[in-house]
Amino acid sequence: MFTVKQLVAEIDGKEILHGVDISMKPGEVHVVMGPNGSGKTSLVMSLMGHPDYTLRNQNSVFGIDGRQMLGLLPEERARAGLFVSFQNPVEITGVSLLAFLRTAEKAIRPEEKKPLSDFKNEVKKALAAVGLDESFLHRSINEGFSGGERKRAEVAQLIVLSPKYAILDEVDSGLDVDSLKLVAHAIRDIAKEKNMGILLITHYQRILDYLEPDRVHILVDGTIKKVGGIELVSKIETEGYATV
Amino acid sequence: MQRFDLPSYEFGFFDTGPPVYSTPKGISEKIVREISAIKKEPDWMLQKRLFALKLFFAKKMPTFGGDLSKINFDDIYYYVKPTDKQGRTWEEVPAEIKNTFDKIGIPEAEKKFLAGVGAQYDSEVVYHSISTMLSKKGVIFVDTDTALQKYPDLLKQYFGMLIPPADNKFAALNTAVWSGGSFIYVPKGVKIDLPLQAYFRINARNMGQFERTLIIADEGSYVHYIEGCTAPIFTTDSLHSAVVEIVVKKGARVRYTTIQNWSKNVYNLVTKRMFVEEEGIGEWIDGNLGSQLTMKYPSVYLKGRKARGEVLSLAFAGKGQHQDAGGKAIHMAPETSSVITSKSISKDGGRSSYRGLLKVHKGAKKSKSTVRCDALILDDISRADTYPTMLVDEEDVIIGHEASVSRIGEEQLFYFQSRGIPQQQAEVMIVNGFIEPIVRILPMEYAVELNRLIQLEMTGSVG
Repeated sequence: MFTVKQLVAEIDGKEILHGVDISMKPGEVHVVMGPNGSGKTSLVMSLMGHPDYTLRNQNSVFGIDGRQMLGLLPEERARAGLFVSFQNPVEITGVSLLAFLRTAEKAIRPEEKKPLSDFKNEVKKALAAVGLDESFLHRSINEGFSGGERKRAEVAQLIVLSPKYAILDEVDSGLDVDSLKLVAHAIRDIAKEKNMGILLITHYQRILDYLEPDRVHILVDGTIKKVGGIELVSKIETEGYATV
Repeated sequence: MQRFDLPSYEFGFFDTGPPVYSTPKGISEKIVREISAIKKEPDWMLQKRLFALKLFFAKKMPTFGGDLSKINFDDIYYYVKPTDKQGRTWEEVPAEIKNTFDKIGIPEAEKKFLAGVGAQYDSEVVYHSISTMLSKKGVIFVDTDTALQKYPDLLKQYFGMLIPPADNKFAALNTAVWSGGSFIYVPKGVKIDLPLQAYFRINARNMGQFERTLIIADEGSYVHYIEGCTAPIFTTDSLHSAVVEIVVKKGARVRYTTIQNWSKNVYNLVTKRMFVEEEGIGEWIDGNLGSQLTMKYPSVYLKGRKARGEVLSLAFAGKGQHQDAGGKAIHMAPETSSVITSKSISKDGGRSSYRGLLKVHKGAKKSKSTVRCDALILDDISRADTYPTMLVDEEDVIIGHEASVSRIGEEQLFYFQSRGIPQQQAEVMIVNGFIEPIVRILPMEYAVELNRLIQLEMTGSVG
């Protein structure tokens, strides 16, 4: 279970999230939608443990399979099975995607001791699944990548690291129709194969044509205003957030 | 990646056996005469030494760079001879010295990689081998003391030609008390495929190491020379002051790679210079990790048309360290080109400075030069500065200069952490990524060693 209860978070002394609750089972797809500035990225960052965000509420809970994540370092959360794909992932000069992922894999699953050649093949497959060629293996992470390539590379990382739960922050923005379809299918396939829970942060309905959500959460002003099914999405598309 | 298997890296080790012979502490005419006499040198070399000694006493300390005020020239041994035996095969090297070399990993390096080894232990070369293949081609690779005995004419012609004792106080000191170092002559058209290598190591309390290296690459030849240094930790200050002179003749190419890790009490004050003739290529790859103060600016004098020079300088300044490093390019002929790349890392209060000179003489038309220096600062108490000097007397030239200072960003670290990689490991990866353009062109086992040294500097352990 992926459980968020009473999450209150602030940045620079300003409270952004005022008590967020989300509960998701393995294998489910949940969507968080909301207007600009509603706290979507703050939600992502505070769940991953970004040092800029502090928690206000002693009763806040973020549990992964019953284990409290709040208070843990980001790397400990990653090892517990959490993954975030970033909206604007940073560039790391001189560190290849392959070396980066290999180090990550060893950190997350030290017991596996997978041979490098097998691992490399997995990364190649993951790149192919999101439509990136093999040259990306040896390129510095995100350096000189286009916006779309960055999103694809994030999803390739998701496939390779296959966490229990993944939070995808606007993974669909900046992708054209065909790329979106490819990337969405890649997410759907890995989620299905690994029985992964996916928390999808998005502005658009498009990606939901390929990733059918089990639940939709509407985040407005740092609070979940409404929870429902796919019908909520079409309602917002036509009427906007004001009606919720 | 396991070809060069370093033993667990500890820099505190040093052998306990006494040196066979050393001159008393301090420097004087008597000591210089004694050094020359022990080596049974020809009179002209003794005269050179004595002349240099006068210049050393007369010259002032450099006024730029780091703090040299704590060097006490009277408290240093200028000559230490650990053994009388000059080994040609590994078996002949005394066990205790072997033990020290084993800890650095020399035999493995030699077996797998090298055409010849000259390993300097204290002031004297104790072990030297050269493959028969090289001898057959007419290549000379011996320690400089041996060269003085066996090839006096070459020494007379080139010794001090590039760096005369009057150049600076430490060049004068080296000329007065030099011992050991490598001498290489590569005949016309001979290309040596494998890198030649020497390890230097200081291993006597308070002793200076004043090796003297001279490389002559005759027309159309090629050689890559590598020196790697590591030294034990001492409680008192130690001085390393070398002179390296390299002549690159027409169409020849020389690459000189240094990866050094002097212990944190060493003053490392080295003068390195290359003369590059027509269509020749001279390259310095200079990695400075250890020492308390390094002042080193390898230079290329581009003397012939279309000569090319490159300096790649890498510096890591940790706690209590000052790396004042860079490079110099002097364009003296038309269509010459130079590239100077400097990368520095400062951590735990360390200071790194890029100091460079670009000089273009009048008439060096259509010359090109690029200078690029990047500094990475790992925390708020560390420091990086840049002191570039450009003296350009010719208008028909293309010159580029770029400099950057960056810090490891919180967002970069968070990105690593979000993938399960702890902060300290992330920093090591980011630093290794930063120096990757230099590591990429090193022979593989040096790349591995350098990455390990960086990891050691960053985290205090390897593996």
